[in-house]
Amino acid sequence: MTVMEQRGAYRPSPPPAWQPRMDPAPLLPDAEPYRVLGTEAAAKADPELLRRLYAQLVRGRRYNTQATALTKQGRLAVYPSSTGQEACEVAAALALEERDWLFPSYRDTLAVVARGVDPVEALTLLRGDWHSGYDPHTHRVAPLSTPLATQLPHAVGLAHAARLKGDDVVALALVGDGGTSEGDFHEALNFAAVWQAPVVFLVQNNGFAISVPLAKQTAAPSLAHKAVGYGMPGRLVDGNDAAAVHEVLSDAVRHARAGGGPTLVEAVTYRIEAHTNADDATRYRGDAEVAAWRAHDPIELLERELTARGLLDEAGIEAARQDAEEMAADLRERMNRDPELDPMALFDHVYAETTAQLREQRALLRAELEAEQEQHGEQEGGAR
Amino acid sequence: MTTVAVKPATMAQALTRALRDAMAADPTVHVMGEDVGTLGGVFRVTDGLAKEFGEDRCTDTPLAEAGILGTAVGMAMYGLRPVVEMQFDAFAYPAFEQLISHVSRMRNRTCGRMPLPITVRVPYGGGIGGVEHHSDSSEAYYMATPGLHVVAPATVADAYGLLRQAIASDDPVVFLEPKRLYWSKDSWNPEHPTDVEPIGRAVVRRSGRSATLITYGPSLPVCLEAAEAAQAEGWDLEVVDLRSLVPFDDETVCASVRRTGRAVVVHESTGFGGPGGEIATRVTERCFHHLEAPVLRVAGFDIPYPPPMLERHHLPGVDRILDAVARLQWEAEG
Repeated sequence: MTVMEQRGAYRPSPPPAWQPRMDPAPLLPDAEPYRVLGTEAAAKADPELLRRLYAQLVRGRRYNTQATALTKQGRLAVYPSSTGQEACEVAAALALEERDWLFPSYRDTLAVVARGVDPVEALTLLRGDWHSGYDPHTHRVAPLSTPLATQLPHAVGLAHAARLKGDDVVALALVGDGGTSEGDFHEALNFAAVWQAPVVFLVQNNGFAISVPLAKQTAAPSLAHKAVGYGMPGRLVDGNDAAAVHEVLSDAVRHARAGGGPTLVEAVTYRIEAHTNADDATRYRGDAEVAAWRAHDPIELLERELTARGLLDEAGIEAARQDAEEMAADLRERMNRDPELDPMALFDHVYAETTAQLREQRALLRAELEAEQEQHGEQEGGAR
Repeated sequence: MTTVAVKPATMAQALTRALRDAMAADPTVHVMGEDVGTLGGVFRVTDGLAKEFGEDRCTDTPLAEAGILGTAVGMAMYGLRPVVEMQFDAFAYPAFEQLISHVSRMRNRTCGRMPLPITVRVPYGGGIGGVEHHSDSSEAYYMATPGLHVVAPATVADAYGLLRQAIASDDPVVFLEPKRLYWSKDSWNPEHPTDVEPIGRAVVRRSGRSATLITYGPSLPVCLEAAEAAQAEGWDLEVVDLRSLVPFDDETVCASVRRTGRAVVVHESTGFGGPGGEIATRVTERCFHHLEAPVLRVAGFDIPYPPPMLERHHLPGVDRILDAVARLQWEAEG
């Protein structure tokens, strides 16, 4: 019999330095996604805010259908529709103060527009006339990020820098359920929590990363649960309930602004359309599932609440539709004009000072363009 | 009249001084990375900065290179000038997506509205007996990415001057610090420390007539040694120190090759797909009628960086350079 086998002969002591860092219980998300519409909590909601959310939702839905139509006309290279997710988009923009920053991913055009960016400029990337059409500083909106989750550490860094400078600025970063699998998601949350940066992460869990369902994306109980491992609160919210998303995000923003550090919010929602106009969603999901989510439509949920409480009537609904229609008509009209592109601009913004090599290439392109123009002129002359 | 105090200093000391002076001159300069604070960096390049400027200005970050560079992007977006340390060359690879997808192209993406003045310090290259992942020469990856400046000092004076320029630059700069030169001493005038040529300018370190050795970073001292040894063979070698790979100084390099008619590119990085291929092609395109022989490359072998006990066989040494120079003469005769 060895010493190890003798009962009571060896009593290992705990590791010397270990102690729990904090009580994880307050960080844990609720078991059910938080809801406001159709519950008693709705009575406390500000009617004016609900009306604003409604108007923006209707505009957002119309924006999605108009942009999708523009892909069919070849005016947009691609459009990832956020139909069904409008509540998250709109609440994201409305939860922020003017001085705050929004870090969107490629599906978040609606949030960008709701933040005040020109609808045409918000589509520049997807139209293909330049990579980003708006000045990020004007409305404090970072460029739409195409690589997944890579914008999250940017949001953390910006929020951290703002705090270092003594500004009470909050950054809100948007990411999808697929994006939570990326390494940058982890690193961003970890940095944010360690630095106690004033940043809020909103995961729009719309069920699919292109075709891959959440069950194949993660084994976590919920995406909001991931927060606990980083030492920040996780909040679970019904992503189709605009009032609930707005309330949870506003709380998180206030918490961050007051120095309370970051929050991870998971909004449970659904992507009604395919990933983009180039995707066939029927290959990976059934009609019944889509129909169930259509019945949980963010606009209808809010409309029912508002009409039931006498805050909205037929005329109000019609006015919102009319406003959205005007926005769509303006978007359609301006998107149908050919953008004026200057090929020479290709070289203008690579470096602060153009290098000798780029100056040579610039000269080459200029010569090619001049030759093209000359040839074009000759052809026209011949035709006459 | 004050006496000019030219005294010996190590490259690491000059780099530390450059960081300290940059932080003192500009409150937006922030140093960040793993171990840069309390420890002062594993090479002690950031020694004393956290103490002098506080932990908000010289920050020990979590151990995550993508996170370090990614958060630096956000900090630069808000008007700071982050100087991030990648600790060892191969440790920078997790940060590549941030570097390639965002750092290098944010200016371009936003039509010049959002430049990112970030300096990425990468202690790089071999010759220090480091185990795997501690000796890579990754400059070709950076060179292939438009929007980045790629700088590699080889002298103590350049280490200081180029790092100050890199931090002051409105563009992102990948600053490659040759690890094995960290402790090499050089006479340096700390009273006029910024007295060096700008980023983008190559410098002729040794004049000669027989052939040009084109090099940078850790290979410069090797080339200078080879040039001295070549005298015994009756070869008078010119040595050009590129200092910066992007922007590339075609003018200085080609002027030298036109004078000598022969050129060898020397670097530690692999030859295939390495910087030497680009440099040799540029020289050939511009100097073909002046060339007496093909432009040759003396590079590391096309292998993953070898284990430390074998690295001396991989690194270009004086003999391999002299052999190449001899082949240039042979090519001229044949």
